[in-house]
Amino acid sequence: MKTLLFLLEKEFRQISRSKQMIPLLLIAPVIQLILLPLAANYTVKNISIAVVDNDHSTFSQKLINKITASGYFKLTGYTASYNESLTLVEQDKADLTLQIPMNFEKDLVRENAAKVFIAINAIEGTKANLGGAYLSSIISDFNSDIRTNWPANPATAEAPQVTVSSANWYNPFMNYNLYIVPAILVTLVTAMAAMQSAFNIVQEKENGTIEQINVTPIKKHIFILGKLIPFMVLAIFLFTIGLFISWLFYGIVPVGNMITLYGSLVVYLFAMLGMGLLISTYSSTQQQAMSLSFFFINIFNMLSGVFNSVDSMPKWAQTIVETFPPSHFIKIMRMVVLKGSGFSDVSYHLIAMFIIGMALNTWAILNYRKTTG
Amino acid sequence: MQPVIITDKLTKRFGHFIAANELTFEVEKGEIFGFLGANGAGKTTAMRMLCGLLTPSSGKATIAGFDVYKQTEKIKKKIGYMSQKFSLYDDLTVSENIRFYAGIYGLNNEQIRKKTIELLDELQLQKEAKTLVRELPLGWKQKLAFSVSIAHSPDIVFLDEPTGGVDPVTRRQFWDLIYHAAHKGVTIFVTTHYMDEAEYCNRVSIMVDGVIAALDSPTNLKNKYAAANMEDVFYELARKAKRKAD
Amino acid sequence: MKELFVFIKKEFLQVFRDKQTLLMLFGLPIAQIVLFGFALSSEVKDSRIVVADYSKDVVTTQIISKISASKYFDIQQTLQSANELQTAFKKGTIKMAVIFPANFANDLQHTNKATIQVIADASDPNLATTITNYITQIINDYNTKSGIATGQPLQIIPEVQMLYNPELRGAPNFVPGVMALVLMLVCTMMTSVAIVKEKELGTMEILLVSPFKPIYIIIAKLTPNLLISVLNLFIILILSALFLDLQVKGSVLLLTFCSILFILTSLSIGLLLSINAQTQQAAMMASLMGMMLPTMLLTGFLFPIENMPIVMQWLANLVPSRWYFIIVKKVMLKGLGIGSVWKETLVLLGMCTMLFAISLKRFKIRLQ
Repeated sequence: MKTLLFLLEKEFRQISRSKQMIPLLLIAPVIQLILLPLAANYTVKNISIAVVDNDHSTFSQKLINKITASGYFKLTGYTASYNESLTLVEQDKADLTLQIPMNFEKDLVRENAAKVFIAINAIEGTKANLGGAYLSSIISDFNSDIRTNWPANPATAEAPQVTVSSANWYNPFMNYNLYIVPAILVTLVTAMAAMQSAFNIVQEKENGTIEQINVTPIKKHIFILGKLIPFMVLAIFLFTIGLFISWLFYGIVPVGNMITLYGSLVVYLFAMLGMGLLISTYSSTQQQAMSLSFFFINIFNMLSGVFNSVDSMPKWAQTIVETFPPSHFIKIMRMVVLKGSGFSDVSYHLIAMFIIGMALNTWAILNYRKTTG
Repeated sequence: MQPVIITDKLTKRFGHFIAANELTFEVEKGEIFGFLGANGAGKTTAMRMLCGLLTPSSGKATIAGFDVYKQTEKIKKKIGYMSQKFSLYDDLTVSENIRFYAGIYGLNNEQIRKKTIELLDELQLQKEAKTLVRELPLGWKQKLAFSVSIAHSPDIVFLDEPTGGVDPVTRRQFWDLIYHAAHKGVTIFVTTHYMDEAEYCNRVSIMVDGVIAALDSPTNLKNKYAAANMEDVFYELARKAKRKAD
Repeated sequence: MKELFVFIKKEFLQVFRDKQTLLMLFGLPIAQIVLFGFALSSEVKDSRIVVADYSKDVVTTQIISKISASKYFDIQQTLQSANELQTAFKKGTIKMAVIFPANFANDLQHTNKATIQVIADASDPNLATTITNYITQIINDYNTKSGIATGQPLQIIPEVQMLYNPELRGAPNFVPGVMALVLMLVCTMMTSVAIVKEKELGTMEILLVSPFKPIYIIIAKLTPNLLISVLNLFIILILSALFLDLQVKGSVLLLTFCSILFILTSLSIGLLLSINAQTQQAAMMASLMGMMLPTMLLTGFLFPIENMPIVMQWLANLVPSRWYFIIVKKVMLKGLGIGSVWKETLVLLGMCTMLFAISLKRFKIRLQ
């Protein structure tokens, strides 16, 4: 035990002197938590729309006005033909087009029904979904408006109308930052736990000091602990800074309690540090450690639901993602921070992380024993 | 008094390749034992087995009375080690390095304090106590590394080519330190390429192609091979080697 | 000349002997294409919801069966009490609750108006908006059908067509992004780290002392990564065509030309970064912080640039991958030709020439 303390003392001394660590600890969180959410704003506004009005009637005018007044859309084209509007889409000058056909108003009044045609650039899925959603809702509002103001035809009985009253829980202002900042915090500590720890161990391998350690009575598991504990501490520290910044810049205050949050953090780090150790056992140079950790962290970051919803993925992909610790911790973060979920609510994810962590650590330690003397 | 190192047909095989072949020898307490051989002769393999870093394929050995197969942990407590790369932490100061290595061998704070003062005095590094090791000149680094390796008063210290790249004056000073330690009862097991250093040892063994081709005091070896110096002795034995440098 | 080939060969050998780096160089783009291409989609299907029907009449049953039949929703359970709702949300098992109040049937009969309560878990705001919209559409559909049945006037019926990517697959947006990311990454990070590694090992000095001309050192260092990147490009294109049904609609030649421009730009950046870095770790950190992050943020494939604050939109214009991304989308996905991308190509050409000249000059100075 005393040897562990000496090991930790040495590690922390070295880390505090390292030129890379300080900027990493302070600058990275600032940049990632502040810049990333600024860029990663999926709150879709300023959707550009090109309108083809072949009717030029009161109704079509009113509809177009309503669309532009909504604040969601920017009218970037008012073309004479559908093809022209399509060209605008090709040039990325319009995200969607609305074509109001000839005789729109006439058909509405005489035939009681008229169509409008919407074409959406679906390359960017979220924008397409939301753009479509907003436009549908505006059109449907417009529809109710004109019905209400239409002199009632006594011959037509008013049909039953079902309306929807919607409420948004946990994020009433639909603030996208609440969704993404907790997830970015996770990516931050992931890199510290899985990448930096691997680096650190491989560095000792590369400059030979690990040989010196092998000759001493330091037991292997003590050595491993001595290497991983500092990064556990650093990651927790980083996480705390991150929470602070989230509060400062985004006003995010976790609804759930800190014990659940930090407890989950520790289990998560247990798994990711195991990953770091595992990577170090497969690398003899720093470049190799970098390549391997980058490979995995990149895949984790993209697939674990930071930016895209895991539930939209096909079942087989979801199964794969279930084995990624980050996907569980990101869910936990969002649940605890936004909804106030407690230990029992997140227990499934906690157990999952723990099991994966056990597997990773066991594999890592077995591999470590094999490759070091 | 039982010899501190006893080996009996100690062998290491890597697949079909026999790196060290049935090594049998003994080293007495307080001896300065030189372990010579060309590159690829098997010196490093032999030394690693004695340090507990490599498990032998067959044969027996005891270090400081402990068995090299089953009691490696106990062996490690009794030995010191200094490798070619010196293995001090570049980004720690002189006293921080002393503290770390003394600490992991079990010295308590009081003992560490005393030891640090003692070492700094002996090496005349008092002013450099707070200097980062990477800023020390090579010769000082290496003297420091040696002193750190015996700070916990081990029975034996293994030195793997400790004086590489260092000027003759500093080498001489280094060997003064070695004598001093041997005088206090520490057994020194040193590998080297410098043949003049071979002359400083009590006994020397020369490995060729994985076996010990000769083992005796420098004087006796020179007589036996009718050589003027150890270099000639070495040349005489090593040129017959079949194995090239690794 | 012969010495140059020898040097280039050595560089290749070093790269191909390092299994871990190979994994990242080739494995990453392949894994990304396969995983992201197949796995990422913006289409929201089978969202787990709960329904609470306190009215249990003909209309509610009709509506619930419509919801149940919809591919967008997967009704998990029918709730009995409000407490269960809180718990279900907190456990994260459902995304939305649809509640039919007890006097639903009554209200509908007597006042011709009834309200359904829909509660969405807005911790994912965009998802909430989307599925709320779907429910609303289903209700509107019901209204429309019942309206037509009783002769309701003025029905506007929107017909929606999704262009270029009807299933809202993530692939079309993602593959061009992966291309930009991977090419930039390999060229910048690998190049800078490789150069700094030689510095660290001391072998750089040996080269400098030799009669080897400095320009040759640079060419030799850059060539392997150039070739690997082009190889990667084709692997990505082939995989996309084979597995993701994403063919290059436009000219492959144009695409290759612009890609090489982009690759050269990234290589120059790698060269620039290697000049000041003393250790491999520093080079890697500089690449990550200085290149990776801006590229991920400001290229436009993860986050639409128009949504960002003006300052960031301006910054995005400085990032070469942003222009390359536009070119790839236009040529590969929309099938457009040089007429549509000449502007972006020109920008890329300008950046490439400038960066290459600067980094060459500074590197040569450094070497001397």
